[in-house]
Amino acid sequence: MKICVLIKQVPDAGSVLRIRDDESWVEEDKLVFTANESDSYALEEALLLKEAHGGEVIACTLGPERSRQVLKDALSKGADRAIFLHDESFNNLDCNGLAKVFAKVLEKEHCDLILCGLQADDTGEAAVGPMLAQELHLPHVTMVVQTELLDGGLKVKQELEGGWFRQVETSLPALLTIQSGINKPRYASLRGIMAMKKKELRELSATDLGVPATELAPMQTLQRIYVPVKTKETVYLEGAPEEVVAQLVDKLANEAKVL
Amino acid sequence: MDTILRGLDYGMISSLLSEEEILVQHTARDFVEAEVLPVITQHHRDETFPEELVPRLGELGYLGSVYPEEYGGAGLGAVAYGLLNQELERGDSALRSFVSVQTSLVMYPIWAFGSDEQKRRWLPALASGKAIGCFGLTEPDAGSDPGAMRTRASRTTDGWVLSGAKMWITNGTIAHLAIVWARDDQGEVQGFIVERGFNGFSAPKMVGKLSLRASITSELLLDEVPVPEANRLPGAHGLAAPLKCLTQARYSVAWGVIGAAMACYETALRYAGERIQFGKPIAAFQLSQRKLVWMVTEITKAQLLAVQLGRLKEQNRLRYQLVALAKRNNVWMARECARLARELLGANGIIDEYPVMRHLMNLESVYTYEGTHEMHTLIVGEDLTGLSAFN
Repeated sequence: MKICVLIKQVPDAGSVLRIRDDESWVEEDKLVFTANESDSYALEEALLLKEAHGGEVIACTLGPERSRQVLKDALSKGADRAIFLHDESFNNLDCNGLAKVFAKVLEKEHCDLILCGLQADDTGEAAVGPMLAQELHLPHVTMVVQTELLDGGLKVKQELEGGWFRQVETSLPALLTIQSGINKPRYASLRGIMAMKKKELRELSATDLGVPATELAPMQTLQRIYVPVKTKETVYLEGAPEEVVAQLVDKLANEAKVL
Repeated sequence: MDTILRGLDYGMISSLLSEEEILVQHTARDFVEAEVLPVITQHHRDETFPEELVPRLGELGYLGSVYPEEYGGAGLGAVAYGLLNQELERGDSALRSFVSVQTSLVMYPIWAFGSDEQKRRWLPALASGKAIGCFGLTEPDAGSDPGAMRTRASRTTDGWVLSGAKMWITNGTIAHLAIVWARDDQGEVQGFIVERGFNGFSAPKMVGKLSLRASITSELLLDEVPVPEANRLPGAHGLAAPLKCLTQARYSVAWGVIGAAMACYETALRYAGERIQFGKPIAAFQLSQRKLVWMVTEITKAQLLAVQLGRLKEQNRLRYQLVALAKRNNVWMARECARLARELLGANGIIDEYPVMRHLMNLESVYTYEGTHEMHTLIVGEDLTGLSAFN
C-alpha cells in the first residue's frame, strides 16, 4: 500500500503571536515551528497502516526552507521518503493553488491513499484536502477518526457534528482528512533519527513540476489580520426579583444562547 | 540551518550541532514533557522509581544508545548522547541516573571488557529495557577510595565465590544483573556479572533518602555467592576497568545537570515575570535580574564545555581529567542555579508544585556521586601539578 501524507509546518501552539505592522501576517522571526497537529496524526495513521499491511509512506510538504524540518521529522519517525515542494512562486498560494501543486506531484505517484490533517492550525481552512481530491478525481472522506482496510477498499469512521459519527466505505485510491486523536503519534526513536539522513528527500520546484504560474494565481487574497476587539459591558438588571429573573433568563436564552 | 535547539540557547549552541543532534534533543524533550513531567513529582513524593517508563526508554533507543546497532544501540555520537542526558535530567536526575547507569556502568563494561557470549546475551536485553542492570563498586568503607574495597572473589574449581557488601547502588533492588567489582586471591580487581537469584545475593532498598527520591538506591549483599567463570568479565583487569566505566558515567553527568539547571532557570524566569510585588514583576528588580543573568551565563558556559567534551570524545581525544573538570564545574553550576532559582521563587520555591526544590535536592547527590566535587578537584589538581594530594 502506497500512502502519501501531506504535512504543513505551522507555528507551535505555545507561540506568542505578534502581528506584522502592515497586518499582512504574523512576525515569524521568533516563532517556533512544528508539524501541524492533525498532520502528525495523519502520519501516524499512515505508519500504522504500513506496519499492518506493508507498503510505503511518503511525506510531502510545501513551504519555505524551514519547513524541510517536518519532512526530516517524518523520515525519523519511519516515513520511507519525502518530497519537498519549494519555490518562490509557491509563497502566496491559496488553497486552490496548493491543491493544484500537490495534484501535479501526486498524479505521478499513483498512491493508494492520501492522508491530510483535518485542517491547518494556522489558517484553519480545511480546504486543501477536499480540493486536492477534486483535482485528482478521487473520493474523499473528511474528519476521519478510524480506518480499517477492506479487500480493495477502506472503511472509515467519520466524525459529524454534535457527537455523531458515521461509517463510510470508500474505494481506493482515496483521500482522507484525519482528525486529531485518532491514534497516539510516536516519537522518533534514536535509530530512526540516525537512519533519517540515508533516506531520500527530493526537492521539486515549479519548473520541475511544470506548473505554469498562471494556474497558480490566487483566487483569494488575505486582506488583513487583526486581533478581535474585545468589548465589555456591564448591565444592571433592575426591578422585583421575579422581573430580574425573567430578564436574566431571556438574556441567557436569546443573547448568550446558553440555555 | 534553521533547526535550533528547543528551550534555552542563549549562546546559539545550535550552531555547533548537527541536524541529528538537534533532532535527538527535540524528541527527548517532547518525551520528557509528555511522559516524565506529569508523573515525576508523585514518584518523588512516594520514593518510587517510574519503572513504567523503562520499556519506553528501550523503544526510543535511549538505553545504550551509543553502542552499535548489532547490540541494540543506535550508534549515537557523544554530543547527541550528551543532549539526551541533558533532556532526561531536565525531567529528573533519577531518570538520567537510570540511563547513565544502564548505558555507562552496565552496558559499557560488558561491551568493553565482556566476552562475545556476554555481549550477545546481555546487551540487546539491556538496550530494550527487558533487563535492568546496576554497578557495584562503592562499599560502606570504600567511597572515594575504591581501592580499599573489601569484597573478595575467591577462585573455586569451577568458578568464583564472592563475599562482601556494596552500598549506594542505583537500580540495585530492581536489577536483573549487577556488575560487581571484587579483589581476587592475588589482590587484583576483577569484574563479575552477578545475576538476580544467585544463591546468597540480595539487594535491599535503602530508604529515607531526601535526594534522588525517584531513583532506587540499594545495598548489594554478597554472602558467599557462587559465580561461574563465564560471568567474569575477561577483559577487566585491575581498578582501571571500573574507573573507565566511571569516566563514561561522569561524562553523562556533566551533560545531564545542564538540563536540571535549565529547568530551574526556566521556572525562575517564568515566575519572576508573573510574580508582582510593589506593583511590578519581581523580574524588574535588579537583584532578580542579577540571579537570572548569572544562571544563563553559567549554563551557557557549561553547554560550551559539554559540547567541547563531546567533540573530543568523538575523536577519542578526551582525557579523563577534562571529564573530571567538566563534571566538577557543571554540577556546581547546576547546584548554584537551583539555589538561586529557589531564592527567586521565595516561599513557593520549597513546594513541589515547582520542580526547583526537587532538582536542588537531587543535585546534592549528584554533587557527590560519580566522584565527589572534592575528588575531581584533586584529580585536576594532580594533573596540573604532577603531585597527588590523595595517593
